[in-house]
Amino acid sequence: MKLITAIIKPQKLDAVKEALVSQGITGMTVSEAKGFGRQLGLTEVYRGTQYKVDLIPKIRLEILVSSKVADKAIEIIVNAARTGSIGDGKVWATAVDSVTRVRTGESGEEAI
Amino acid sequence: MAEVVLNTGDTAWVLASTALVLLMTPGLALFYGGMVRAKSVLNMMLMSMVTIGIVSVLWVIYGFKLAFGYESNSQWYGEISLSGLGSAVNELTNNGGVYPIPLLAFAAFQLMFAIITPALISGAIADRTKFTAWAVFVTVWVTLVYFPVAHWVFAFGNKVGDTVTGAGFLAARGVQDFAGGTAVHINAGAAGLAMAIILGRRVGWRRESMRPHSLPLVLIGAGLLWFGWFGFNAGSALGANGTAALALLNTQVATAAAALGWLLVEKLRDGHPTSLGVASGAVAGLVAITPACAFVAPWAAVVIGLIAGILCALAVGLKYLFNFDDSLDVVGVHLVGGLWGCLSLGFFGSSAVNNLGLDGIFYGGGATLLGKQAFGAFFVLTYSFIVTLMIGFAIDKTIGLRVKEEAEISGIDYDQHAETGYELTNSSRGGFSS
Repeated sequence: MKLITAIIKPQKLDAVKEALVSQGITGMTVSEAKGFGRQLGLTEVYRGTQYKVDLIPKIRLEILVSSKVADKAIEIIVNAARTGSIGDGKVWATAVDSVTRVRTGESGEEAI
Repeated sequence: MAEVVLNTGDTAWVLASTALVLLMTPGLALFYGGMVRAKSVLNMMLMSMVTIGIVSVLWVIYGFKLAFGYESNSQWYGEISLSGLGSAVNELTNNGGVYPIPLLAFAAFQLMFAIITPALISGAIADRTKFTAWAVFVTVWVTLVYFPVAHWVFAFGNKVGDTVTGAGFLAARGVQDFAGGTAVHINAGAAGLAMAIILGRRVGWRRESMRPHSLPLVLIGAGLLWFGWFGFNAGSALGANGTAALALLNTQVATAAAALGWLLVEKLRDGHPTSLGVASGAVAGLVAITPACAFVAPWAAVVIGLIAGILCALAVGLKYLFNFDDSLDVVGVHLVGGLWGCLSLGFFGSSAVNNLGLDGIFYGGGATLLGKQAFGAFFVLTYSFIVTLMIGFAIDKTIGLRVKEEAEISGIDYDQHAETGYELTNSSRGGFSS
């Protein structure tokens, strides 16, 4: 089992969600996050005063999948989230030891 | 001379204007509230709201008489006595002439000016002032600064028969200020500068981001200020007449031009015209046209507004040059805009549009009027700045002006009011506590 974590642009959330669901990968947890990568933020101006805004709003997606579909899921996310411009984000996967569904108590692959 | 009798049209307009001007102070609360960080929005707005409370009460006790007691023989202050408004219900307004409106309508209208002037100062001291210290400051400041200065500028004396006695110091010298460029804006701007200096800079100034937390609030506030300002300026005609119409039209066009002027500076200097810029430009234009609104032609109002927008957009950078934390630019907008508005009359004043006015330089009047305007403007500036420094210093040495540093960092709203402006989560933070 894998936990895929993706940091994407907020405006790409719907595209990623629809792409995953259409390929049969259901279930995700979404949180609003802030951060920066190599772009190091942007500049805003208020009454002539410049502010460096280095923490930019992003969406953090977390998806549990079985190991055999992990690569496919990552590919779907990357394709759907890409705009080609700076700040498109990152996707990574980590191994998961155990998963349990709260309602039924099922565990392992069946709980995904 | 025929006896003046009450005119219902004039009275109706002054009563309506009074309500319009009151609305400016909650409007100011929104304008300022949106400009601070989310952790101090309530404190910022409450400084305006408590000013409505304090000044209204002082006004009926002694404030009105101290500013406008027309039987005073002093040019410096009105009468030192109770306002006694309850026994004046059937009196007409006497202020350098008898107006066909009730004295109480005039008293209520002028109260609104006495409220918004100290409220304007609060923008200079955002995020860091103890609320009780602010309440004490407002009480002392209106007593020692606003009420006397209003007398200098707005009290035209007691008219009995054909003689007028006891006019205010600046009014008697022919300084022209239709609706309060000196008494309201230069006065508040100079006081804001003094208080910003006494209080010192906010923790993290020029290091942390202190950008506005809600520009929509700022825009709503600017809209309400603009709306209420028609009462402020056109109501100052104290009648429903041509002068009021001129003041109203000039207020509109000067404000519009100033908003454009500020946007123009931003587009050329920063690359983007901003919402904070359009709101700030509108307020700068309102400030600048205030003293001039009934003494200039509409074309001149456009020029005055445009210059005000450009000038104030540049002036808000002064605080970084001189290193004082005038948090929301009371100096850059109200002091600079007020000075420009007062001096502008020296150029654009026209006796053709208002026979009570004088001709400025562009109408062949020479520099006489400009000299009077400069004298009035700098006299009020100096008095307000020095007396405010003394009041601020005295409060700081007794009860203290500033909240603790930790309170300022974690947010003045919670420290001073045990409230927070926004609850932006569905998950519970606790429950009822008996």
